[in-house]
Amino acid sequence: MADILFYIFGFLTLAFGFLVIANPWSRNPVTSAMFLVLTIGSLAGLFVLLHAYFLAAVQVLVYAGAVMVLFLFVIMLLDLKAEERRKIKKAGLGAGVVCVGGILAVFLRSLMNSPLAADPSPALEGGTVPLGRMLFTRYSLPFEIVSVLLLVAIVGVVLLSKKDLR
Amino acid sequence: MTVGLSHYLVVSALLFCLGLMGVIVRRNLLVIYMSLELMLNAANLALVAFSRFNNNLDGQVFVFFIITVAAAEVSVGLALIVALYRKRQTAHVEDLTTMKL
Repeated sequence: MADILFYIFGFLTLAFGFLVIANPWSRNPVTSAMFLVLTIGSLAGLFVLLHAYFLAAVQVLVYAGAVMVLFLFVIMLLDLKAEERRKIKKAGLGAGVVCVGGILAVFLRSLMNSPLAADPSPALEGGTVPLGRMLFTRYSLPFEIVSVLLLVAIVGVVLLSKKDLR
Repeated sequence: MTVGLSHYLVVSALLFCLGLMGVIVRRNLLVIYMSLELMLNAANLALVAFSRFNNNLDGQVFVFFIITVAAAEVSVGLALIVALYRKRQTAHVEDLTTMKL
């Protein structure tokens, strides 16, 4: 049962990911943003299959619920007119496909040639309590630094959205 | 065949390459940024898979921090894009060829 669910969620993730970058229905970035939300949702499903329950919830709440909403705010704020179809340079597209295909070949080849663990250890449960314990004991310094980072991001955004950037 | 670590890593690698393809091919700034988020999510999936199969919670802590830093990065990046759009009235990469504001 878990195997079938993995194949379903994996296929959905890859299909929605492909539709983010190359959907044939509209050139509107809102469509890509919607498909990215669905990709993040399917990834949360994959996290649940990997027993990372807290991360699945955080992914849906923070990534799909805050980050993508921010993206959609900005897309609607900019109010881009439907961009006219510019000609895609065939040479650029071909070079891109070759490079990405090469990187993918290197990834897959190194995966096939390395001895990876096949059975999941049954002891690891990524619930809230074990993760919280790690965050507050062993990783408390990065935790505090990340809070300072968020403060820096807030100050930076307020500064960047002034009308006059002098 | 039971689903092992390599299955999750193949999904992660394919998702990463899809994001990379989006960054290379698409010309709209916002879609390029969204493909960048796709690459970050592929890395998250790889980290959680490794954490589960090696019985180590460090990978999930790392993903927690990656999600937080990605949220901060998205806010700053979108503020930059909005400021750029105000100046140049375009969100198309081919029009943004000079470094002058």
